[in-house]
Amino acid sequence: MTSNENSSAQPEPLIDVTDLSVTLPTGQRQFVRAVKSVSLKVYPGERVGIVGESGSGKSVTVRAISGLLPESPLVEVGGSIRFRGRELVGASARDWQDIRSKRIGMIFQDPMSYLNPTMTIGRQVREALQRGRSEDRSMDAAMRVMELAGLSSAADLIGQYPFQLSGGMRQRVLIAIALAKSPELIVADEPTTALDATIQRRVLRSLDDSVTRLGTSLLLITHDLAVVAGLCDRVYVMFRGEIVESGTAEQIYYNPQHDYTKDLLRSVRSFTDDSEELYVSEYARD
Amino acid sequence: MHAKLVATGVSKTFHRKRMPGAAPTAKAVDGVTISVAPGDFTAIVGESGSGKSTMARIMLGLIEPDHDGGTVTYDGIPLSEMNRAQSMKFRSSVQCVLQDPSAALNPRKSVRQVLAEVVKLHGIATTKADIEAKVHEALSIVDLTPTATYADRYPHQLSGGQRQRVLIARAVILNPAIIIADEAVSALDVSVKASILNLLGRLRRELNIGYLFITHDLPVVQKVADYVYVMKNGQVVEEAAKDELFANPKTTYTRELLAAAPLPDPKLARDWIRSTTPQTEAIGTALVD
Repeated sequence: MTSNENSSAQPEPLIDVTDLSVTLPTGQRQFVRAVKSVSLKVYPGERVGIVGESGSGKSVTVRAISGLLPESPLVEVGGSIRFRGRELVGASARDWQDIRSKRIGMIFQDPMSYLNPTMTIGRQVREALQRGRSEDRSMDAAMRVMELAGLSSAADLIGQYPFQLSGGMRQRVLIAIALAKSPELIVADEPTTALDATIQRRVLRSLDDSVTRLGTSLLLITHDLAVVAGLCDRVYVMFRGEIVESGTAEQIYYNPQHDYTKDLLRSVRSFTDDSEELYVSEYARD
Repeated sequence: MHAKLVATGVSKTFHRKRMPGAAPTAKAVDGVTISVAPGDFTAIVGESGSGKSTMARIMLGLIEPDHDGGTVTYDGIPLSEMNRAQSMKFRSSVQCVLQDPSAALNPRKSVRQVLAEVVKLHGIATTKADIEAKVHEALSIVDLTPTATYADRYPHQLSGGQRQRVLIARAVILNPAIIIADEAVSALDVSVKASILNLLGRLRRELNIGYLFITHDLPVVQKVADYVYVMKNGQVVEEAAKDELFANPKTTYTRELLAAAPLPDPKLARDWIRSTTPQTEAIGTALVD
């Protein structure tokens, strides 16, 4: 199971998930297998998307990868998650702490549940920076990552509180915090879903620019096929807890293999073609 | 088609609690004129803070415009001058479907109870058998079949799309002329969104229902709307028939909105992201939006 066999041609993956399964409690003595036998890889510098509809298990998968599943005997994680070869399934709380504080930066859909409402933006970004800088130098560094995240007026923002910012700016503060630790991987779960379209586009541009400049890997989770198409090199399609298809963005969009993917694309495209009725996927649960 | 629900020069000012550095009042809607006719798909598009939801609430009669802030009329009668019978008629003829169906449904009531309550309240049927018949009729109109199964369910036993169908059933059961839908499909997955929009289209054809459809989702508007109002900062900045608006947008803001609609194609989507400026909104406008 070690990675000796792929020594020459392929670089070692940053994230190597093999046969991951997650069982979650849904009620008294009731359980659901939210993730079934999922295998995926993220290579250094690569942008990978997981696309799926609600209930597909995409968020649970990335929660497992970032160690954010609730710690409970009722939550069962099987299989293997390796971060640079280091096994994370069953890792101690301290190991996870190390991974999350230094190696993985995270961006979520709702920035207000992540930001501390009583702390200034500047302080929250500085907290994420590696320690050991003087006050002045850490303020400079905070402003640099904020500018990298597309916050052009960083100097005006550092003294402000989250409630004083618009949704798009808050999301950029999250990007700045994620970048501040110089992580090897950024995990973004529906980063622009709650934003208005014009703002969404600019925030995606900021994210695109910053991961390109830093060479950070990106694992992006979204239900929005356009967002994945625009940002990712490689795409996994999830449906009912399983990965049904994977490939380059071009393969998935121009030449989908699985019926679910074909149906989903047909449904999305029916919004912009000149058909009378919208196409409803055969797989729709409603 | 003759406009039934008309807002003329409507303004609404909200008074805020005193907050350092913030203006004491906010004009959410400023001189807006909008009309909706049965059988028409009228859309209001705009981003957060544009006043589109305030407009929806005003046209539903849930909040009143400012004292000198214009009027809303239904069948030519101002809402503020309606007698009890007229008001009751208005409240059954203009219905709403909102974004979050779980917030609009009482978790302790079954679908049957939710629908029967509305029927009783508006005196549409009185005997138990008639009420039950109405409930089943409404459920079958929105394709929640077999109706007997769905009538017994509680909100938590339904998917998001099914809950939205229950809300549509609750509106349709009153035989409305107009449904005001505020981001009614925004939170749904794409194929569920498609099936709900197809349902709304069918109800329009079969029952001649008119919609005031409020959304920030431009692909949806492009697909279903007949006439579009674009709102920004409380005002209508542009209005036109849908095809005209998409082919020939007159204001910079509308052009920006149209360009912001994402495309599910790798090449186009990459260009779409990379052709914008990464800069933040200016800090002044950020505090308002």
